[in-house]
Amino acid sequence: MRAFSLRRVGAVAKKELLHLRRDRLTGGMIAGIPLMMTLLFGYAINQDIRHLRAGVADLSGTQRGRWLAADAQATQVVDLVHRANSARELEALLAKGEISVGLLIPPDLEERLVRRDRPAAQLLVDGGDPIVLGAARALTQLPAPGRDLARAAPAPLFELRAFYNPERRSAVHIVPGICGVILALTMVLFTAIAIVRERERGNLELLITTPVRSGELMLGKILPYVVIGYVQISLILGLGVLLFDLPIRGPLLDFYAAAGAFVVASLALGLLISTVAESQFQAFQMTFTSFLPQIMLSGYMFPFDGMPRPAQWLAEIFPLTHFLRIVRGIVLRGATLGDVAGELWPLALFFGVTLTFAALRFQKRLD
Amino acid sequence: MPDSNPDAAIVTRGLTRRFGERVAVDQLALEIPRGRVSGFLGPNGSGKSTTMRMLCGLLTPSAGEANVLGLSMPRDAETLRRRLGYMTQRFSLYEDLSVRENLEFLAAIHDLPRAAARTRVQALLAQFSLEPRAGQLAGTLSGGQRQRLALAGAILHEPELLVLDEPTSAVDPQSRRDFWEALFDLAERGVTILVSTHFMDEAERCHELAILDRGRLVAAGAPRRLLAELEGRVVELESAEPRAARAQLEREPAVRSAAQLGGRLRALVDPALAEPARALEAALAARGIAARAQLAAPSLEDVFVAATRERGDAR
Repeated sequence: MRAFSLRRVGAVAKKELLHLRRDRLTGGMIAGIPLMMTLLFGYAINQDIRHLRAGVADLSGTQRGRWLAADAQATQVVDLVHRANSARELEALLAKGEISVGLLIPPDLEERLVRRDRPAAQLLVDGGDPIVLGAARALTQLPAPGRDLARAAPAPLFELRAFYNPERRSAVHIVPGICGVILALTMVLFTAIAIVRERERGNLELLITTPVRSGELMLGKILPYVVIGYVQISLILGLGVLLFDLPIRGPLLDFYAAAGAFVVASLALGLLISTVAESQFQAFQMTFTSFLPQIMLSGYMFPFDGMPRPAQWLAEIFPLTHFLRIVRGIVLRGATLGDVAGELWPLALFFGVTLTFAALRFQKRLD
Repeated sequence: MPDSNPDAAIVTRGLTRRFGERVAVDQLALEIPRGRVSGFLGPNGSGKSTTMRMLCGLLTPSAGEANVLGLSMPRDAETLRRRLGYMTQRFSLYEDLSVRENLEFLAAIHDLPRAAARTRVQALLAQFSLEPRAGQLAGTLSGGQRQRLALAGAILHEPELLVLDEPTSAVDPQSRRDFWEALFDLAERGVTILVSTHFMDEAERCHELAILDRGRLVAAGAPRRLLAELEGRVVELESAEPRAARAQLEREPAVRSAAQLGGRLRALVDPALAEPARALEAALAARGIAARAQLAAPSLEDVFVAATRERGDAR
């Protein structure tokens, strides 16, 4: 026998291809994943930030104030979707996550523009997101409103005030996001293999001859992982507080309650995968296929506002999108459960629909 | 379907299951009596498992009807589940749970109240000599111990009907004997047992036997009766040239099958053949092969061969 036989290598390679051909799902994913993901992300992800939701409080009430707002709007970096009547109102909008940039035009705008010793207006920015912060910084380069006031620096037009993360530390932004990303992976994965594993090991044939109902089985499979989810959340937040000085500004109990909705939604997604996948390997693949768009489009990697509308609609389906808003809202901006209620019902809906599909797909039959 | 026979635990008519083009079970008409041990005998792929799965409501028949304990399958499958114990061919309890944990899980799934479950599990551990293994992981048990655990799990909720799919295929002979003793204990207490096997000695122990071949029922009845029907048709021959003798026997039109058993040959002949021992001796002598022949007692293997070959001829 030869020490190294190309024929044997060829035989192994051919056998491997045969496996792939028999496993139709995996075969499809070989082409499907790159195609789908490239199209989706290439289209949706936009690092050139535009259309950040913004609010303006024009306290000057002057022509120049309106010009300033119009100039900011014309950059397309911000969309002035809210009007506020006071600095406090603007800050409240920021806290609720309605806007990520606030344009505060002071009553003495004209005077400031003439004296040029301090910034003419303020940009209030959600400093929880470094990319938003960077985009807002570009706004400070705007020329002064009106041709007659060709400003020669020293003072920039805007003073940038980064809310919630005044020191602009990236850990403050990253840790709450990591919390969501880790859960979006582990929660789905745990339950994705839950039923497939029973099928692969032959346990399922016995289980379905018992009186256990599919709903009972689904809920029973989810429950332990809810506890595990909370353990993971606590670990990540605990580390964030201990090591990275993560501020927890909102009520912790509110956050835990809201996070529960995200945990069960992710677990239900895993169960649905589990009823579709034929092997643990397929379950892994589907989990990653669900995970990638979530981290790319949820606002974790790239700002949500920078994506085209259809991509935003798609991302509104993902549990991670809503969880990121919840965690940033409550933990970083001090929001309460009531403030993030708008993120809870999409999670509840996702959970209900997904679990129903999973229970319907799970037949107590072998055919 | 009407209860044509109130003593029957299972009645099927025209029961058929196709997987794509392949017909796994073909128009099966069965009647399985209550309170007895009935056997499905047949080679791999004869449709034993598929039939059992349809009877348990796990597979939907492509055609025909199945009535199990007065319930129509698969429509009433959920009702049947409380009255049915099913033991799969492959060990289907949790290998990473201990013996006791497995049984306690099943007890809870069957909704046994906590106290009753504890007593029941303890009784089963004692009954199946699993007490010393109670804390051991099921995956580390021997073949025979696993089988006992699986049986304990299948009867935990005291089912009226016990369906066992090749329960002893991975078990040593002593464990097989013990296992069958346990089955007869259960039958004596009124449990209807349907067991599939491809072991002839096991088939012989059954009260009733149904022989399946390629999805069809080819013979049914008590083993003793099936054997009696073959009386006078099995010939045992001794020859110095067994290979040549066998080859020649296969060519004889009256010989259904011929098999070599060491130095001897065993032939199953057509029922119409008179004086079969003499006739075969003469046929071999005509070809210059010396052989001594005599009638032998039929075995279930002969019954099986007769049933499958005769059907093959009829085609």
